Amino acid sequence: MSYLCRSCREAAVRLSWKFPVCVPGVSQSKVLLNRSECGQRRRLHNLRACHRSQGSGNDRTQALSLTRGISVSSFALRSASDQSAQRPIAQTTIDEEEVNKFSELAELWWDEAGEFEALHSMNEIRVPFIRDALVSQRIQQGGNADFKAAAPLAGLQIVDVGSGGGILSEPLARLGAFVIGVDASEENIKIAQAHVMHEPKVARNVKYIQATVEDLVATEAGKFDAVVASEVVEHVADVATFVGACCQLVKPGGSIFMTTLNKTYLSYVLGVVGAENFLRLVSPGTHDWNKFISPQDLQYILDQNNFSTRLLHGMMYNPFTKRWSWMTNTSINYAIHAVRASDVPPDTSTSTQPDH
Amino acid sequence: MALSVFLRRCCVRGEQELRRHLCSAATARDSDNADIVIAGGGMVGASMACSLAYNDCFADKRIVLLESAPDKGDFKLPERYSNRTCALNPSTATLLSTFGAWQEIEQMRCQPVRRMQVWDSCSDSMIAFSQEDMTEPLAHIVENDVILGAIMRCLRKAPNKVDVRFQASAKAYHIPSVAEDGESTKHPFVRVELQDGQLLDTKLLIGADGAQSGVRSAAKLHSLSWSYRQSAVVATLKLADATDNTVAWQRFLPTGPIAFLPLSDEFSSLVWTTTPDEAKHLLQIPEESFVDAVNDAVWHDRDKNEFADKAIDAVTTFLQNIVPGGTAIRQLPPTVIGVEEKSRASFPLQLVHASHYVRPRVALIGDAAHRLHPLAGQGVNLGFGDVECLTQVLEQAVFSGSDLGSLNHLLTYETERQRHNLPVLATIDGLQRLYSTDFTPVVMLRSIGLSTVNSLTMLKKFIIQRASA
Repeated sequence: MSYLCRSCREAAVRLSWKFPVCVPGVSQSKVLLNRSECGQRRRLHNLRACHRSQGSGNDRTQALSLTRGISVSSFALRSASDQSAQRPIAQTTIDEEEVNKFSELAELWWDEAGEFEALHSMNEIRVPFIRDALVSQRIQQGGNADFKAAAPLAGLQIVDVGSGGGILSEPLARLGAFVIGVDASEENIKIAQAHVMHEPKVARNVKYIQATVEDLVATEAGKFDAVVASEVVEHVADVATFVGACCQLVKPGGSIFMTTLNKTYLSYVLGVVGAENFLRLVSPGTHDWNKFISPQDLQYILDQNNFSTRLLHGMMYNPFTKRWSWMTNTSINYAIHAVRASDVPPDTSTSTQPDH
Repeated sequence: MALSVFLRRCCVRGEQELRRHLCSAATARDSDNADIVIAGGGMVGASMACSLAYNDCFADKRIVLLESAPDKGDFKLPERYSNRTCALNPSTATLLSTFGAWQEIEQMRCQPVRRMQVWDSCSDSMIAFSQEDMTEPLAHIVENDVILGAIMRCLRKAPNKVDVRFQASAKAYHIPSVAEDGESTKHPFVRVELQDGQLLDTKLLIGADGAQSGVRSAAKLHSLSWSYRQSAVVATLKLADATDNTVAWQRFLPTGPIAFLPLSDEFSSLVWTTTPDEAKHLLQIPEESFVDAVNDAVWHDRDKNEFADKAIDAVTTFLQNIVPGGTAIRQLPPTVIGVEEKSRASFPLQLVHASHYVRPRVALIGDAAHRLHPLAGQGVNLGFGDVECLTQVLEQAVFSGSDLGSLNHLLTYETERQRHNLPVLATIDGLQRLYSTDFTPVVMLRSIGLSTVNSLTMLKKFIIQRASA
C-alpha cells in the first residue's frame, strides 16, 4: 500500500533528486505506518497541493499557505518557542530494522563508485567553489580572516536545498559551516541522517529536515549566509518560484550557489541522452530537458530577486577519468554564484543576525 | 496544541534514540575511534605519522600508529655502525627536513655520496655519476636505525599528538568494501581488531606494514611478485686507508651486484647480492676468508670477456672523437682490511608490486605497495615519495571537506605514485636481468650501452635528476 499518489511520488522524485529505487521502498516501509497518520496525511495533501500549484502557477499562494501549515521552525537555529510547530521529521519510535534499512540505502547513496559517482566526484570542484567564494566574501566584508585551515567556513550557516543523501551537506559541515539539508523526501532525510550519525563531529554541524524551500521561507527568510542548490533547479516544476524562495532565505550580502544544466542541443545530446542511455551516469528518466534553464534566464531570475551574479563557470565531466573540471563553455553543465545586494533591507521583520 | 507538544517531545526523544542507537552500533564492544590508523611503525610508517603530525590540517584528527615492536625509548646512537643502511636521495632529505628529522640525522651521523661508480665484471665498461661541482651530494648513506630514531624523536615532539601504540599488532582488519565470508560488514569504517581484543574504528587505514603486508591481503589487493632467487649479504667493512670516503661503488657480477656504501672515512657498508647458497657460505666462513672473498669479488678478472672489451675500446675511441672529455675517469675501489664482528647478515630478495595501492578507506605505502631490488638503492626513497604524495592528497581532502577515506582522493594518490614508481620498478628489474648473465652478445650490448651513457653528460644529468626526484 502506498500513501503517495502517483503525481506526488513523481513530485517527490523530481524535487528531491532521488533515484527511483527508493520510491517504491517508501510505500512498503514501516516508516509511514509508524508515524502519526493524521500528520502524515496532512503533509501529503500539502505536498500534492504544492505540486499542483507549481504546475499551474495560479494556485501558488494557496498552496504556500497550505504548506506553511507544516512549519519547520523547531530546528536547531531557533529556540523551540513556537508552540504550534510540528517537526516534519518527527519519529515516535525507532526500530532496528528500520535503521538497518536506511543504513543499507545509505550505502547505495554513499558508494562512491555506484549510482551517484558523478555527484561524489562533483564535490571535488563544487566544494572548493563554494568554500573559496564564501571565504573571500567574508574577508571582503571585513570579517575575521583568521580561521583554521581545516574549518574555513566556521560560523557560517548554509542551506543545502535538495540535500538527498547529504553528499554535499557533509563536506560543507566538515569545513565548519552549520548546514541545514532540506529535502522533500522523507526517505532521503532518513538516509542522510543515518549516514551522518557515524561521524559525530560532522553530525553536530548538520541538520536534515524534510521540507520544501517554500516551507522554510515562512520562518527562516533572510537568515542564511548562503543557499546552495546543486543539481536541483533542473528538477523543479516552477523555477522562478523555487529560485525566488531560495533567494528569500539568504541574508543581505549573502550568497546563492547553483549548479545545473543549460538548455541547449548539446545538453540534450550529452546531458540527457548520453548520460542516461549510453554512459549510464544517471538512471534513465532522471532528467527532463524541458526543465533545463539557460544561465541567462537563471541570471534574470536572480536579478529580479536583487542578486548580482559574481561567477558563472561551465563544468565538464570526463566519463573516462570520472572527474569534473571547470571550463569557459557553459553549454552543458554550469555553476553560478550570485550575491544578494546588501543595501536592501530583508523582506521579513527578522533583524537579529548571527554576529561574525 | 497539546498534541503538537506531545509530538515534539516524541520527536526529540525519537531522535535521541536514533542517535544513541547509531552510536551504540558504531561503538559496540567498546571500540575506539580514530581518523587515521597507520599499520606499521617502520621508517615509512613513522614518517607518514610525522608528516601528518606536523601539518596544521590534521590538528584535530586522531592519528594512531600501530607498531608491533616494543618501545625502545629515545634513540641513543651506538658506537658501532649498523649493518642495515639506506641511500637517501635529496628529495627524501627535503621531506624529512619538513618535520626536523633530517636535522636530527645530520646531528647523529650520515655520510654524503659525492660520486658513484658502477662497473661490469665482464668487461671494462663503467659509468660514473657525480654532481658537477661536488658540493651537492648525490645521496646520503644513513643507517636504518638512525633514520627511524630521528623520526621517532620528531614524532614525540610533534604539535599534533599521535597515539603511538607499541607492541600492538592487528589480528584482523575488517574493511567495508571487502566482502568477508559469511558476514557482510555494514559498518562504514575500517575496523581494526588488535591482538589484545581491542577494536579500533578508523576512517582511513594506511598500510605501511612491509612487503608481507597484512593490510594488503585483508583488503584483497592483488599484487604481482616474484623472487629473484638471490640473497643480499650485508656487513660493515673496514677500509685500508682512511681517505675522503665519499664514493659509492658497485660492481656487477654475473651472480649479482656487490656495492660499498660509505659510512665514514674508514667504514663502508657492504650490500652483496648473490645466490642463496653463496650467501649462506659467506655467512659461515671465518672473517679473514670473508674479507678475502669481498676483495676478490671487487678486483678479480675471471669473468672478463675479450670480445666485449674490444667492442668497448672501439666505441669509446669513437665517442671520444665526437664528445671529447665526456667519459669520466675510472677510479680504483678501496681495499677492504676487515669486517666488523657479527655485522654479517643476509636476507632474500624479491619484487613485489601491488596492482592497486588503494581501496575505499585503505591506502598502501612503502614496501607494502612496492618492494624492489636494492641495486639502485631506490626502495625506501620510493616509500618516502609515497608519504609526501599521500600527505598532500589528504591535505587536499581536508581542505575540500572530504571524507579522509574517500576513494576520489585516494585514487589521485594511486595514479600519481604508480606513474612514478612503475618506471623505476621496471628499470631496476630490467637492469637486474640485464646484468645477471655472462652471455657474450648481451655483455657486448650492455657494455656498449653503459659506455655510451657514460660519455653523454646530458643523459647522465637526466638520470641523476630522475633518481633524486
